[in-house]
Amino acid sequence: MIAELGHFALALALALALAQSLVPLLGAARGDARLMAAAGPLAGGHLLAVAAAFGALLWAFAANDTSVVNVVQNSHSAKPLLYKLSGAWGNHEGSMVLWALILALCGGAVAGFGRDLPSALRARVLGVLGLVAVGFLAFVLITSNPFGRVWPPPPDGQGLNPVLQDPGLAFHPPLLYLGYVGYAVTFAFAIAALLEGRVDAAWGRWVRPWALAAWAFLTLGIALGSWWAYYELGWGGWWFWDPVENASLLPWLAGTALLHSAIVVEKREALKVWTVLLALLAFGFSLLGTFLVRSGVLNSVHAFANDPERGVFILGLLAFYVAGGFALFAWRAPAMAPAGLFAPLSREGGLVLNNLLLCSMTAVVLAGTLWPMFADLLLGQKISVGPPFFNTAMLPLAVPLVLAMAAGPLLPWKRAQLWPVLQRLWWAALLAALTVALCLAFAGVRIGPALGFAAAAWLVAGALADILDRIALFRRPSAAWSRARGLPRAAWGAAIAHAGLGISILGMAGMGLATDRLAALRPGATIAHAGYEWRLDRVEDVIGPNWTSRRATVTVSREGAPVAVLTPERRFFPVGRMNTTEAAIHTTWLSDLYAVMGEEEGGTAVLRIHHNPLAPWIWLGAAIMALGGGISLTDRRIRVAAPAPRSRAVAQA
Amino acid sequence: MPMTSRRMLMLAPLGLAVAGGAGFYAMLRGMGTGSYDPRGVPSVLVGRAPPPFVLPPVEAAGLPGFAAAELGGLPAPMLVNFWASWCVPCIIEHPQLMRLAREGVAVWGVNYKDKPQDAAQFLTRHGNPFQRLGADRPGRVAIDWGVYGVPETYLLDRKGIVRWRWPGPVTPEVLEQDIRPLLRRHA
Repeated sequence: MIAELGHFALALALALALAQSLVPLLGAARGDARLMAAAGPLAGGHLLAVAAAFGALLWAFAANDTSVVNVVQNSHSAKPLLYKLSGAWGNHEGSMVLWALILALCGGAVAGFGRDLPSALRARVLGVLGLVAVGFLAFVLITSNPFGRVWPPPPDGQGLNPVLQDPGLAFHPPLLYLGYVGYAVTFAFAIAALLEGRVDAAWGRWVRPWALAAWAFLTLGIALGSWWAYYELGWGGWWFWDPVENASLLPWLAGTALLHSAIVVEKREALKVWTVLLALLAFGFSLLGTFLVRSGVLNSVHAFANDPERGVFILGLLAFYVAGGFALFAWRAPAMAPAGLFAPLSREGGLVLNNLLLCSMTAVVLAGTLWPMFADLLLGQKISVGPPFFNTAMLPLAVPLVLAMAAGPLLPWKRAQLWPVLQRLWWAALLAALTVALCLAFAGVRIGPALGFAAAAWLVAGALADILDRIALFRRPSAAWSRARGLPRAAWGAAIAHAGLGISILGMAGMGLATDRLAALRPGATIAHAGYEWRLDRVEDVIGPNWTSRRATVTVSREGAPVAVLTPERRFFPVGRMNTTEAAIHTTWLSDLYAVMGEEEGGTAVLRIHHNPLAPWIWLGAAIMALGGGISLTDRRIRVAAPAPRSRAVAQA
Repeated sequence: MPMTSRRMLMLAPLGLAVAGGAGFYAMLRGMGTGSYDPRGVPSVLVGRAPPPFVLPPVEAAGLPGFAAAELGGLPAPMLVNFWASWCVPCIIEHPQLMRLAREGVAVWGVNYKDKPQDAAQFLTRHGNPFQRLGADRPGRVAIDWGVYGVPETYLLDRKGIVRWRWPGPVTPEVLEQDIRPLLRRHA
């Protein structure tokens, strides 16, 4: 009964979304205030209906209702409750419902916070969001119904892929979707602007918070996915240039460019057409990722079940939204007059450089991801594009990006001089140079990681220099504190996010020094690696709630003093007959001690041990970047522009 | 004139998106008809005869071994299957091999890095689909063939040319969707 209610709620949501797309767009075209005013309530009703459907799906999983096919295929009564619930979105059908829910939440947020938006713009944005929702709800209802029944119900479910039974992965998809779907809002703003034929500073101010929020969530989602791959897959790496990882990186790169170009629109009313294009691209890449992952056209550990029929449907959606958006762009954008002139060397110029580099990176990732597929299609050649291509192609783009990142925020608008900026950054440059020299001379670090450490020092020091300059700490120390308090949160957020990238790069450079070795040990035997002694104490059987496991206990010590006890496992999940490796990780913050349990033969256990310097800082840096985005979101300018006085009280409550 | 070039530039994203979309559509069509297969792993052997080798029989199994020269010249296409008794996916694919053998398809096995008595015990326990069984204890022949890991299956046509390679277990889906059409095509 609950499942049928959920199914009905989904159908109701489709009807409401259809109304939400048609009524306000018609109203905006005719200038009919009553039709435009219907957008808010319709978005609210649409949100309630999708929330009810998602609630019904959660209930079916929590109660392990085995008459629902989706539960049978993806759940099991012996699973802990968290994974029963996360199982609801750990499969294709459920994740699409989650996607629809987040989209509806975005619509509700625009309706709720956007009361002082110009009414035509608000109606058009909500209308476009409704139109996007129509496509996805129709997709769920027609090809991917999560509420299908099976009769007679089997006694129990088949279990969730054990690799996915993990706290990190329980929250990875929702965060990622918050990012992807957040770009639906900037897309809706871009389409609304094209329909109105007008982009102005107010539009830029409206798009920025959405671009920021989507970007912060996507950053967290990607970081969580990378962290999961690091500790769960047990390969000891943190980024594999897997097509699915790349699919999430594409909207992130385009979204990062959008985030920065929207500043130029807001402050200087320049780069308007370009910003609209980036907004279309960011959402286009989000949809492209969905298509690649779910249609089965690519080969990846992450891909959902192969289903060409679904692929055709998603391709249809992609064609409708992306090609439709680009067609509208080709038709309306040429009429948008360029405005806001600036000298090449200026804040605007810096942001253009940022955009050029980020878009080149996007192109590299796009080409490297799609080329093998198109080579197979057009030339019949099986080729694989791996890390060497991406690393060599991305590095020449990353270097100028990092160099310019510290200088950009110090440039004044319109016209700048290089010399005063360099004067304020000389000590950051000195620090970076010292870092390289120290790494090469004393620590014996290779040139690549040494340059990485220098880049990290440069970015963190550059962010600090930006803040110190703004609060004039050295010029007028007495007023520094009050200036710091008065500094816009957006400035703090930008500096923190830039420093966060520096910290991530610190971790990546550290991983460039990682070492690992394979050791076959008998219990009691010791092996030395990376300055630590690793002793295998014992190997034993362990029984968990829905798995059994062989667990090794490894004591790691340094010069006789114990540092950590690691317990890597090989788990066997009887339901589904799958093995997983549970890497054991002990972090000292300066490095990760990482052990993976391998096969056993004749009383010896094969262990893979890794020493990963500075690894945790990769993800902490990403979290700091997202935090910077969050702080920027609390900027007064955005708050004042965003919620009307009435709804602000609600938002803060 | 500048207005036109600006217009052309604004059309570029649409053009690229349409071209990409057409390509994706072709891939999806190809997946339906079998001409595009993203899961297929390239093998340098496909289209060629396997490198020369001579495999001794697995003692205790009572089946003759074989050499590269014997692979051609059968009346129908055949399968060569690399397996081992210690390999769990090999148990999963075993019923499919048994089914093919019952239907009269020639399945020749290469027993990879295995103890002869374990291999023989495996065949007694689960049934023997193999007409011939060579022992590759050092794993040399597997290296020459470019085997990723066991199980791995190759389909050879009547002339002994490798036509298809499948890394991983032969599941019922692989049997129906890949092997049967290939057997018909090369019959």
